[in-house]
Amino acid sequence: MAKWRIIGVLALLVVGAGWYITKPAPLPSDALDGLTGDPARGEIVFAAAGCASCHTSEDGPPTLLSGGKTFASDFGTFVAPNISSDPEHGVGAWSDLALASAIMRGVGENGAHLYPAFPYTSYNKAELSDIVDLIAHLRTLPPSDQPNAAHDLAFPFNQRIALGPWKFLFANSDWVLQEAASPELIRGRYLVEALGHCAECHTPRNALGGLDTARWMGGAPHPSDEGRIPNITTAVLSWSERDIAEYLKSGFTPDFDSAGGEMAEVVKNTGQLTDDDRAAIAAYLKAIPPVAE
Amino acid sequence: MSKKLNRVVATAVAFCIAGAAFAAGHLTEDQQRAMDARQSHMGLYSFNLGPIGAMAQDRIPYDAAIATAAASNLAALASMDQAAYWVEGTDASIEGSRAKAEIWTDAAGYMAEKEKLAAATAALAAVAGDGLDAMKAAFGPVGQSCGSCHEAYRAPRT
Repeated sequence: MAKWRIIGVLALLVVGAGWYITKPAPLPSDALDGLTGDPARGEIVFAAAGCASCHTSEDGPPTLLSGGKTFASDFGTFVAPNISSDPEHGVGAWSDLALASAIMRGVGENGAHLYPAFPYTSYNKAELSDIVDLIAHLRTLPPSDQPNAAHDLAFPFNQRIALGPWKFLFANSDWVLQEAASPELIRGRYLVEALGHCAECHTPRNALGGLDTARWMGGAPHPSDEGRIPNITTAVLSWSERDIAEYLKSGFTPDFDSAGGEMAEVVKNTGQLTDDDRAAIAAYLKAIPPVAE
Repeated sequence: MSKKLNRVVATAVAFCIAGAAFAAGHLTEDQQRAMDARQSHMGLYSFNLGPIGAMAQDRIPYDAAIATAAASNLAALASMDQAAYWVEGTDASIEGSRAKAEIWTDAAGYMAEKEKLAAATAALAAVAGDGLDAMKAAFGPVGQSCGSCHEAYRAPRT
């Protein structure tokens, strides 16, 4: 009997330790001390981070972050929440710290894990000052009283506690391109890996939904099962840096085809960046290792 | 220029060959002809966007006559009646087609996009000869029109 009691206690300890290691970890309470958000600078961060692409409604104006767009995946259908300034249905009543914890740590205002359909696994590499500017900008955007809809996920993916171990395995703030030799590459890496979260679509995932960084930007099936998201490494993409930068500005390919689907949404964002920032993104894409098809 | 022309011709030929090979088993002649025609139409947009885009991107010197000719072609193309293109059974579920089913199910929305392009290209044609800055300013809405229609009505590559 004593033996079983010891095994039971040990099992509880393991479960308890597992829970403790993987419990939601918001930013520390003093993380934003000394930072003041600049809404004008935040507008650029808002574009670079692509917030509007997911959080606006299908037909709504580009500044009304009412949520409601749906995203099919292997795990079920996610619904983007209302992140407008509405205090009841949006995030208007959240503190700056709560919003920053959601964006960079994937922890909701209620302290629960958020699903990584929200790319906090990229935003965790953002500069805190940029996030504070972004939040200041969000607060200037109009409110929407559209209620949030629940995600439609199958068991066990509907158990948020499982996201703790998921984050433990797959969420880290290391750069994939470890060596960035010039200021332009450092900026490009920041725009692609942190704010732009390009890899979320352009990099394939493993069975648990973690990004396969060995095939970084190597293309992936479209999560809706419709078509493929292209490989944008130099193994396939032969465009010059200038071609890439022009595409991110106007949506036109070198042959004057034009971006469609989700990438048309992305170009609306990258079109708001500076020429230097688009050139930095292009330089980054030329610097990452080619991934053979 | 000639390289771009070659590429467009090669693409058009490839479409025809691929289309013909496929049609043998699966599509009626009317369906195949409609798909060929509308894809050729897109090729003509691309071909005429070439010189204007290259000028707008400062890759070649501005030339008022060339810009006006290409912009007038774009405006003519965008004003053409396309009703006969959209034969039933030729949406993106057919190999070789990237036309989303929404073109049929949301025909009014699609027509609104087409009208937007017609207006943007007409505005471009009106000013394309008035200097590089005027051409660039009018070219922006044309690109946005391409993007918003492709966003809603063109399926991704498979």
